[in-house]
Amino acid sequence: MRYRYLRRKVVLFVITLWAALTLNFLLPRLMPGSPVDAALGKLAAAGVPITNAERTAIEIQLGVPHGNLIAQYWQYLTGIAHFNFGVSYSFPNETVAQAIGSAAPWTLVLVGSTTIFAFIIGTLLGVYAGWRRGKGADSVITVGATFFAGFPPFWLGLLALYWLSFKLGWFPIKGGYSPGLTPSLSLSFLADAFKHSILPALALAITSLSGWVFGMRNNMINTLGEDYVTFAEANGLRTRTVALLYAARNALLPNVTAFGLSLGAIVGGAVLVEGVFGYPGLGNLLYIAVSNHDYPLMQALFLVITVSMLVAIFIVDLLYVRLDPRVGE
Amino acid sequence: MTIVTTAAPPESPGKGVEVRVGPASEAIPTPLLFLGRALRTLWSNRKARVGLCIIGFDILIAICAPLIAPHSPTATTFTPYSGPTATNWFGTTGNGQDVFSQMIYGSRITLLVGLAAGALATLVAVTIGLVAGYRPGAVDEVLSFITNLALVIPALPLMIILAAYLQGRSIWTIVLVVAFTSWATGARVIRSQATTLRSREYVTAAVFSGERLFRIVFREILPNMTSLVAASFFGAATAAILAEASLEFLGLGNPSTVSWGTILYFAQQQNALLTGQWLLVFAPGLAIALLAVSFTLVNFGVDALSNPRLREKS
Repeated sequence: MRYRYLRRKVVLFVITLWAALTLNFLLPRLMPGSPVDAALGKLAAAGVPITNAERTAIEIQLGVPHGNLIAQYWQYLTGIAHFNFGVSYSFPNETVAQAIGSAAPWTLVLVGSTTIFAFIIGTLLGVYAGWRRGKGADSVITVGATFFAGFPPFWLGLLALYWLSFKLGWFPIKGGYSPGLTPSLSLSFLADAFKHSILPALALAITSLSGWVFGMRNNMINTLGEDYVTFAEANGLRTRTVALLYAARNALLPNVTAFGLSLGAIVGGAVLVEGVFGYPGLGNLLYIAVSNHDYPLMQALFLVITVSMLVAIFIVDLLYVRLDPRVGE
Repeated sequence: MTIVTTAAPPESPGKGVEVRVGPASEAIPTPLLFLGRALRTLWSNRKARVGLCIIGFDILIAICAPLIAPHSPTATTFTPYSGPTATNWFGTTGNGQDVFSQMIYGSRITLLVGLAAGALATLVAVTIGLVAGYRPGAVDEVLSFITNLALVIPALPLMIILAAYLQGRSIWTIVLVVAFTSWATGARVIRSQATTLRSREYVTAAVFSGERLFRIVFREILPNMTSLVAASFFGAATAAILAEASLEFLGLGNPSTVSWGTILYFAQQQNALLTGQWLLVFAPGLAIALLAVSFTLVNFGVDALSNPRLREKS
């Protein structure tokens, strides 16, 4: 029953979400050492007056016992429900929620478009490689994808930055938009932002192609062995029709479930790539947070990244029922 | 494409007999002999052969580092920020260290982290996967849930958080952090294979003959998924090498050890690209990429062993 499938997915989503929130709560409490003093030192150095309330807020966030664990847990959960992640000490004038709010759209667009781009190109290459299995094109595609998969995305970004931006001047060097512009939805700003996003997106997309290529190639090879494909060939259908409409359509299904998981790899790569390019997204924020030992910001970023991943995977799961009605049965 | 697969008849009986899984070679269950056989089978796949060569080359460099490296990797006796010269083939760092020697010595840490984290992750994957697959019901539900949770939580951000909290940093911290975050893929594959093997006749026979659970799982079921275990090892090792590079690039490793990741870190800190020393970024990154690629290439050979449909045609 489709209803039962959906109910199971919703229940699983809720439990997974709860487990991720709890993990995020427990992590700083299980770790050795107290980052509170480091945190307070940073705040004092930044010239922020430390009130008692502020100290308590930081202590609660970083796991200094205030009441028993259950009370802390409750405070933590209510804090999240109110988007109250405390103060960041990398950005003394902003709350963590504000810093994340202004960075999230950049990452959403960068990671989203990169994932879709890599999915389409990778899947097409995989279909072709599987169809031309053992031929020259197959070797070129698989060997190429293997090599690019081994490249650390941030390293590819650094090299592209050096040669394409710094030496040749084809692309802007840093940031998400030219300094002096104010973010708006005007055409000139969007064009500028697009120009700034090309290199980070390419570095991410090229290194994440391989998953799609291999997934699709292996599915194609397995699907091409099925009887209905042989039957279609025996009917004298055109090769392209058989490849795309008979084999590829069915080979695509397992790849769709991988969509959510691959998002995790791209988000991970984005952290360093954004750092390298100074791209104003969540990854760059995490990069800044790590270099400043900004634990509240780190913690909140991990939470936001994990929860968005879970939501994305949940949506893919829901869409999957429409693609493959068999899973509901 | 002339590839001799395992199915092909051996040219000389003395040379090829151990490549085939036959009663003769099965009679000697020494681990070393088994490893030798596995290596020979992998060698017959062209991609895996290239991968094994690169790994072997790296291991050779790591072992012979003191013989190959012209200078000490930590000595700060050279002109800082120098480009490639006759004494410093890859140039020097901002602290006046010889980068070529650092590259040679750096292979040790990168290999160690990759292999150790890969092995540790595989150990966790095998244990959780086998137990979950062999014990349906509550045990399986809980372990599968943990596995799926570990799969959906983005690994690199989790590693970054863990490494940022763990202060007393040695390379073993990195090994633990990487192993902790990269076992899930292997565990899921091994679990599903264990589920199908559980109902085979020989397992049922072992159960009825009164063998203990430990023996059934590790002596009856495990040997039938060697290729899956190997695949999950090489997969985890690839992830470990890339993760180590990322963490060290962020400055979350131990900056006083010399590894390819820390060379990248110092290159970035000292703005090597702005001073035109692109080799300081290019060389360690390429070395990391090549090692990661070689592990993936070996995995092609392992895949082809377990799925004949993927085998290259001779």
